[in-house]
Amino acid sequence: MIELPAIRWGEPYQSLDVDEVVHFYTGEPVARVHTVGTGIIRRDAKKAKRARQALLAMSPAELIEKCKAAGELFESGTLAVGDSQQSPEDFIQQQSATTGMPISMCQANVVKNAFVLKNIDQILDCLTRGLSLDILARGYGEEGRGVTVSYQAQCDALGAVLPSNSPGVHTLWLPVIALQMGLVLKPGSSEPWTPYRVFAAMVEAGIPREAFCLYPGAGADIGGAILASCRRSMIFGGPQTIEQYSGNPKVQVHGPGFSKILLGDDCVDDWQQYIDLMADSVYRNGGRSCINCSSIYASRHTQEIAEALAKKLGPIDVLPPDDPNAGLAAFTIEGAAAAIWAALEQDIDDPQTTHMTAEYGDRLVEKPPVAYLRPVVLHCDSPEAPAANKEYMFPAVSVVQCPQEKMLSAISSTLVGTAITNDENFRRDLIASLDIDRLNFGPIPTSQLDWLQPHEGNLIEFLYRSRALQIAP
Amino acid sequence: MNDSDQNALEKDIAAQRELLDAHTVETVGWHFHDSTGCPFWLEKKSELKFDPLKEIRSFDDLKKFDPFEDEWLRGGPVRRWVPKGLADKPIYVFETGGTTGIPKSRIAIDDFRTDYSLFSNTLPDEYFPQGANWLMLGPSGPRRLRLAVEHLAQHRGGISFCIDLDPRWVVKLIKKGWMDHLEEYKKHCIDQAITILSAGHDVQCMFGTPKLIESLCLELEERGTSLAEQGITGIFSGGTEFTPQWTKFCVEELFGGPPAESGIYMTPTYGNTLMGLAASGPCNAENNYKITYYAPQPRAVIEVVDFDDTDRIVGYGDTGRAKLTTLTKEFFVPGFLERDEGERELPYEKYPWDGMSGVRPFHRLASAATVGVY
Repeated sequence: MIELPAIRWGEPYQSLDVDEVVHFYTGEPVARVHTVGTGIIRRDAKKAKRARQALLAMSPAELIEKCKAAGELFESGTLAVGDSQQSPEDFIQQQSATTGMPISMCQANVVKNAFVLKNIDQILDCLTRGLSLDILARGYGEEGRGVTVSYQAQCDALGAVLPSNSPGVHTLWLPVIALQMGLVLKPGSSEPWTPYRVFAAMVEAGIPREAFCLYPGAGADIGGAILASCRRSMIFGGPQTIEQYSGNPKVQVHGPGFSKILLGDDCVDDWQQYIDLMADSVYRNGGRSCINCSSIYASRHTQEIAEALAKKLGPIDVLPPDDPNAGLAAFTIEGAAAAIWAALEQDIDDPQTTHMTAEYGDRLVEKPPVAYLRPVVLHCDSPEAPAANKEYMFPAVSVVQCPQEKMLSAISSTLVGTAITNDENFRRDLIASLDIDRLNFGPIPTSQLDWLQPHEGNLIEFLYRSRALQIAP
Repeated sequence: MNDSDQNALEKDIAAQRELLDAHTVETVGWHFHDSTGCPFWLEKKSELKFDPLKEIRSFDDLKKFDPFEDEWLRGGPVRRWVPKGLADKPIYVFETGGTTGIPKSRIAIDDFRTDYSLFSNTLPDEYFPQGANWLMLGPSGPRRLRLAVEHLAQHRGGISFCIDLDPRWVVKLIKKGWMDHLEEYKKHCIDQAITILSAGHDVQCMFGTPKLIESLCLELEERGTSLAEQGITGIFSGGTEFTPQWTKFCVEELFGGPPAESGIYMTPTYGNTLMGLAASGPCNAENNYKITYYAPQPRAVIEVVDFDDTDRIVGYGDTGRAKLTTLTKEFFVPGFLERDEGERELPYEKYPWDGMSGVRPFHRLASAATVGVY
């Protein structure tokens, strides 16, 4: 068992309150995490300036090199994590053990997170639209057009309340260190692994340890204290969390994506060409991400598309986590899978909705103390069907029959929209749509992210504010 | 502990038990006698399958009563709780809960004074100087605690300054999810406290809940000062949020070290409006800030009982639910199952009766409770 102390600006802190993180199936403890109360978080937050100062003591170029080295170490190094040495294999085993995610999925997320660190220079170049990081570091400078530009850092450290269900989302906060801001992290209660390993890799790579706080544990108070004491934070959660923080300029909130594929009338007759892309968009990463496709809109052939998807996804079965073909993650919260299935059954009861995967066996698979949901494909006769724009934490998709001219008024919030169309008028409307965040033109899986593009708002715009700065000649 | 110390302790334990048994018989005799008892218990007597005046011969005999239901305390007429033998005395009523609906109420005459006068004896004069003024950083309104702290200050020759704090509004804010409002209300309370501390009243002692002590210290730190600089030397606090980890943080970081270094001594307490308050044994870095409470026997008793068989006391060191019994002339509460759990602790010289440590919300009810009211 591994002991993970809280990290307070780089210093390990032994708490008298210790939570156990247990194996998702056997209940055996895998880690002991030292949890702290809100007072410690609030008090530590007053020292955030020191984290920024430590990072400002290094040039952006130096930090980028160290982040790249950290990416290599994260992917393949044996690192001092907590009280033990952790190899990449240990990390993947531990992550799978406490989250119920298949080993193969954990491996894929390692690659994803390491990619961001190893390519941090390009990613930042794109996020800043080519702005020299030295300008952000100094606070102002010349952009090359003879104009002085200035950016105010909005915080000394970014707070992040992280989820347990999708280790891929860590890519969102990884660039922060290279932007010379500290990190105040609350790891997910069953996935402390990624934040601790990133911290270990970064410190090993030579990034000042005093840039990091890690406050593990299950307490909801911890997240609240982070959000209350950091001037900029990101949080991951469900629709309730989104509603709670929507419009709060201090908080960037990430929740369900309701990502979609829209087949234009000019391409829909060739739907068979795109069926693998559709299945991949639904199923990749166990269907747990906000970028997984949850609805497919088309004006015709929807019944055939749904049948073909059901044929591909319906037979997928639950496999042991260490099986290389395992693609479904366990629901580890008691009753969660059954509750989701009950909600889906209600949707299926609707006369406009057909359950296309019914013939491929039971979807709810109980393996106490956990449960799984096998992929579900629904067909909706219209966007008014209750299941048309739903998202669940497993591969579930609704194929929705909808005239092209009504699609954009029907889709509502869409994190990733893949539009398979060459119709210029439709493309113009898609560009103008405020409901779509990331827009893909052409056959690009919703789950295939270009890391050089901003995600749910540009991190730079969240952390820096463009302002006027005049210098007397 | 050598054999003679052990023998002396065992003698003390036995003597205290005899005292408790005698006190139990006397208290039950008072509450169930037609000339002195309160209407509630006299009416209850007719429903009992035993005669308490004859069949309660020891503390253990109280198991013959069904567990006390605090729901009985909701609504009036409150006079039904006033013992006839005390009917001509001035009566206070204290409330608990009441965020929505009718609160539970308990009558009192002198109990809160007696409890806090006894508690006063446990406070070291070095840190709680006689004659010192106090700050009551806790709930106001129809609360026992507010008057009790005021009495404590007066009993020790000082004057108590209070703030306005409505815990029912705080609970509503939490339930509504209005966390910004909650934060502002907390600031409003802390501002009041800092105003008192900075007004030249020479306040040296205070009561505060863990959350408010923490907020006060952080705000003072923000303003470039500290509790010690404000002249505070003695604090008593209480509640399930008073955990060993919180105490460690508070002592080591907010105060700046143990009493000898920081000049601030803090003592935890445990209790409620029904029982009064239990003092704590020593709690410091040497024992990992373990907090063990001992009830003020024989006026009140804490037992740690099996979660399912609540008449069975668990073994020493084992975990169980807190069962509280109050035995005063003003109020009789046989075996109230509190919403807390903890571990049963051994008696020792200062408190030759059982204690309870690790107090935390009862795990079967914890998710339903709104903890940390103020």
